[in-house]
Amino acid sequence: MTIYLNVWRQEGPDKPGRFETYTVPDVSPDMSFLEMFDVLNEQLTLEGKEPVEFDHDCREGICGSCNMVINGQAHGPNARTATCQLHMRSFKDGDTLFVEPWRASAFPVIKDLVVDRDAFDRIMEAGGYVSVNTGNAPDANSIPIDKVAADSAMDYAACIGCGACVAACPNASASLFVGAKLAHLSLLPQGQPERNRRVVNMVHQMKEEGFGDCSNHAECEAVCPKGISIAGIAAMRRDYVKAMLAAD
Amino acid sequence: MSTQVREKQPLWRQLFTSQIGKKLLTGLTGLGLTLFVIVHMAGNLSYFAGNEAYNAYAHKLLSLGPLLYIAELGLLAFFVFHIVLGVNIYLGKRKAREQGYKRYKTAGGQSKQSLSSRSMIVTGVILGVFLVLHLVSFKFGAYYEAAESIDGKPVRDLARLLNEKFQSPLYAFGYSGVMVLLALHLRHGIWSAFQSLGATNPRLTPLIYTLGALVGLLIAVGFFILPLWIFFTGGNA
Repeated sequence: MTIYLNVWRQEGPDKPGRFETYTVPDVSPDMSFLEMFDVLNEQLTLEGKEPVEFDHDCREGICGSCNMVINGQAHGPNARTATCQLHMRSFKDGDTLFVEPWRASAFPVIKDLVVDRDAFDRIMEAGGYVSVNTGNAPDANSIPIDKVAADSAMDYAACIGCGACVAACPNASASLFVGAKLAHLSLLPQGQPERNRRVVNMVHQMKEEGFGDCSNHAECEAVCPKGISIAGIAAMRRDYVKAMLAAD
Repeated sequence: MSTQVREKQPLWRQLFTSQIGKKLLTGLTGLGLTLFVIVHMAGNLSYFAGNEAYNAYAHKLLSLGPLLYIAELGLLAFFVFHIVLGVNIYLGKRKAREQGYKRYKTAGGQSKQSLSSRSMIVTGVILGVFLVLHLVSFKFGAYYEAAESIDGKPVRDLARLLNEKFQSPLYAFGYSGVMVLLALHLRHGIWSAFQSLGATNPRLTPLIYTLGALVGLLIAVGFFILPLWIFFTGGNA
């Protein structure tokens, strides 16, 4: 199949960007979207042109590096699928695709499709951890945890921090990311001692990084490659109110 | 790494400036205003029981005196907070994405993005402007005295004002059109308020969303049935 691409090219953070048009012939339907970009980059290199910069690492859908907005949708058209797990069979021969980076003031473009997601790391530094010496693994079942809570914590912990929630949000809000990071700790006993401080600090850091306010469009849940529920955002709000009223 | 709260601000600052506090207040004031429009709509429907019933209802409200003023001040505060926070959230969103997408498409599925959710600022601003015009037309509009008095006190003939105003297609259809926008605003607004208050979960959300949309629609119908009825039938004699 032949794919026509309009790819966002931007030389650096402060340089103006523009769309460049490329044609990639002989695309196999079994290629992943990133492999199609590998082919494009080989083609560009042979032509003596600068290859398109894009982030990728595991290519197994679990690292959260590959971030592309494809035809207006973060990670492309398939639900619960990271860009690396999106295959060209999801497209038709002769399709024209627009490929853009995550667009948010808090995620400045470094080059082409690569954005700086350090803002997420700084939110994690503000409280996305437990300050305990873990030591050896505790004996199984020595700390009873409700099965439903354990499963739910695992669902939130599945967040790979890719940033698709921010990219797809009409307001560029990071609420789903922060909600997921809070919920997976607040559902478990280890998360309890710092629960109030954690929610206040992470929520305030989210604002400082310049993410927008949530308007409950729920677009984040729809594009999340891990299908994380906006119930995490509701839980974050309940915890925030409790923390606001708490004495500590 | 310190785990101290770096920004334990006073409660009121957290409410007004934090991203969660702002949503809480927007949701709470929104729900309060929704209750107000439901009561307002129910009051309007008393017109269908006759001009006298309608005038008596309005008279009863007015004779509350200081209580009415307190309620009006409360309402004004709700409107001001709701509008200021809504505009603030809209402006913040523009700052949070300075460079927009060339292409943008909702993923569907779990998304609740819709014409309603995307146009909250537009429907909200129109409703705000409408509110002012509406107060000028009716509350502060022409004063007619009704033929009959209640407890020896003169009664304002608001029904006559209604009957006159809604003869005009501009008033009848303008009012009805704005009520359709109110339905759109509430379709996203009601469910969104519950989500902002943290009062949702995956089982409840579809129910709250559907009920919210339905309530919005019923409120709008309850409002625009009156001007359209007056326009098309000439209203109560």
